[in-house]
Amino acid sequence: MTIEEFIEKVEAEFPDLEPGKLLPDSLYREVLNWSSINALILIALVATEYDVIITADDLRSTVTLKELFDIVKERIS
Amino acid sequence: MAVVSLENIRLSGLSACVPLKEYDNNNYELLTDLEKKAVITTTGVEKRRVAGRDITTSDMCEMAAKKLFEEMPCDPSEIDLLIFVSQSRDYPLPCTAIILQDKLGIPKQTLAFDVPLGCSGYVYGLYIMGSLLSKGELKKGLLLVGDISSNSASYFDQSSFPLFGDAGTATILEYKPGVPPMWFNLQSDGSGWEAISIPEGGIRNYHNRDSFKYVTIDQGIRRNRFHLVLDGIEIFNFALREVTPNIKILLKHISKTIDTYDYCFFHQANKLINETLRKMLRLPAEKVPYTIHKFGNTSSASIPLTMVSEIREELTSKPLSLLMSGFGVGLSWGSVSLNTDKIVCPALLEYPNLDSTMPQE
Repeated sequence: MTIEEFIEKVEAEFPDLEPGKLLPDSLYREVLNWSSINALILIALVATEYDVIITADDLRSTVTLKELFDIVKERIS
Repeated sequence: MAVVSLENIRLSGLSACVPLKEYDNNNYELLTDLEKKAVITTTGVEKRRVAGRDITTSDMCEMAAKKLFEEMPCDPSEIDLLIFVSQSRDYPLPCTAIILQDKLGIPKQTLAFDVPLGCSGYVYGLYIMGSLLSKGELKKGLLLVGDISSNSASYFDQSSFPLFGDAGTATILEYKPGVPPMWFNLQSDGSGWEAISIPEGGIRNYHNRDSFKYVTIDQGIRRNRFHLVLDGIEIFNFALREVTPNIKILLKHISKTIDTYDYCFFHQANKLINETLRKMLRLPAEKVPYTIHKFGNTSSASIPLTMVSEIREELTSKPLSLLMSGFGVGLSWGSVSLNTDKIVCPALLEYPNLDSTMPQE
């Protein structure tokens, strides 16, 4: 899995997100117009696509999309 | 707990009742149109039935039970065991099940008690009642399962108010040697209890002068200490972490694959959780009936209510192989694999409640 593929999947899940706006260094909360609902959508996407569970702590401890992506990648069995 | 079996138990009747009054989340004034759309799309809850203040969970269960007695070859006098699974009892004391024994005309020889579980309650209730019946000394049991949750959520808590609907259900289990066994995998994790709770009004935190005082917790979340606390992300993570392994362990133990079931019923938590679980288990949509869009999250009633509402014809006309999974408050969760064979299942009942005012500050 590459971060480009990850971004593609996130873009598909957030139809209001302009393609190309979300980048590895993006502060994902800002770009995704963060709310508790968007947090759940992101957790659901990762669970469905990668069978990986990201927690509230993971979200708290990450700022850029790349940081979150690295956690997901590390946990893929 | 390991996976356990339940022998000689037949599920022979099922009915469900919802309040007539409907609340449409499109009318929830605290949200903008855009927010309403996002909430309805993500949670799946567009409409839900609300009890208001003039009916109780036990009233709906009573109506469902009376309908079953009308349509089944089963008289109240035959009931040896009555269990009321609910978190919305009539009074702090006594158990509601005991009051229902009298109201339903069930004999004094009956065992009657409450089980205060929520979203996992139907699966647990089947196991508890089935276990007491499986020796054959007690022959028939009436399992009443449901909740009024809409009154627990603060109108000013946007994270919980739109979610909940109310319902009561009745199930008859019978001792019947030779029927296929039911299989259960039941679990608990008290470390997560704070994710879904009502902080005051029990013995740990008695009700007090400040219990009714509203406090702003976060943007869009304002409630008092009798209101439901819901930590959406924690619950979501719990469901994704625990539900699929629980089901997979059950299936492995009984050497079945998930595609062999006619239907799989999940507690109707919210659409995002349920759809994620469905996809994680690679289940086709047509095998996983939903009622979240029209009844909301109805706590322990959601599985039996969805069965009555969505597959009644099939339940009454042919044998079915079913998988059910309930999960939530506790944290408590469990799954069951069982077969039904032409059960009695009356059409969904509506309780003609008059009042549906929402609690206001």
